[in-house]
Amino acid sequence: MHASVCDIIADLVQNAIEADATRIEVDVATSPAEIRVCIQDNGKGMDARALAKAKDPFYSEPGKHARRHVGLGIPLLMQTASAVTGTVDIRSTPGQGTRVAFTLDARHLDTPPFGDLPGTLLGLMTFRGPYDLILTRATPTDRYTVSRGELIDTLGDLEEIDNLILARDYVRSQEENLNP
Amino acid sequence: MAKLTLNDLRKLRDQKQKAIEKRDPSNKDAQIIVGMGTCGIAAGAKETFNAIIDELDAKGISHVLVRQTGCMGLCHSEPTVEVIVPNMPVVIYGNVNAEVGKQIVNDHIVNKHLIDNHICDKPAMDIVR
Repeated sequence: MHASVCDIIADLVQNAIEADATRIEVDVATSPAEIRVCIQDNGKGMDARALAKAKDPFYSEPGKHARRHVGLGIPLLMQTASAVTGTVDIRSTPGQGTRVAFTLDARHLDTPPFGDLPGTLLGLMTFRGPYDLILTRATPTDRYTVSRGELIDTLGDLEEIDNLILARDYVRSQEENLNP
Repeated sequence: MAKLTLNDLRKLRDQKQKAIEKRDPSNKDAQIIVGMGTCGIAAGAKETFNAIIDELDAKGISHVLVRQTGCMGLCHSEPTVEVIVPNMPVVIYGNVNAEVGKQIVNDHIVNKHLIDNHICDKPAMDIVR
């Protein structure tokens, strides 16, 4: 299983980027009882057969690894969810996109630590391409939204190191000031 | 840290821009690319990525582009980092933890030396498109 919930999120968003999505919405809600994540993209999507295969750890989408037969992103999520009485719901339509939603029991002993969301988000914003990535982060009493588009509009190219640092400070300030 | 608004961010950027202009632009074409497939994530690529950014910031090196990519096929040596510096061979380093990430900034980017024991030859043959 991945070491943190943020690592699971990073993996799923990277799948969306590789599926040529131009808009990726990431909703992350935490409460003392539950972690709830939904990642929705408008990428190339999967038919029922491809979706079934994506759940198989010994399958990888051919465009990614032409001759390799290991793809662990979705299987690692399913392993984690089943270990901590969570749920996974994946819906996908070819040509329209994919929605992956999962919940984890926050009080379960084996639930991985939440991890570093600002650091994760920053990494996910520095792939090449014109995609927008919109994070909505919520707790029972508070919320904030950050998007790649607005950060690029405000700062300029996110591959530039100074802009990256400022973007990370910005997301950290949102996360640190979030009421639990 | 107080909660920043986009306006605050714009002001901070304008302030920083003035400092950037005074810096040495000789590394302008250098690129550091961190692999972030499932394998990279599981091996700690996020920590590597953040360590590289912190070290570049600490050393005041601003004209290096840092970005991420998917799996480069060297899953056995994750985290992997590709470094492109003009007049040096393009190198993919393997087993790049946060410490080696800092070494990439100081040895490869600043001193123009390759780092022994971490060089992988090239992306795995079955991954090259």
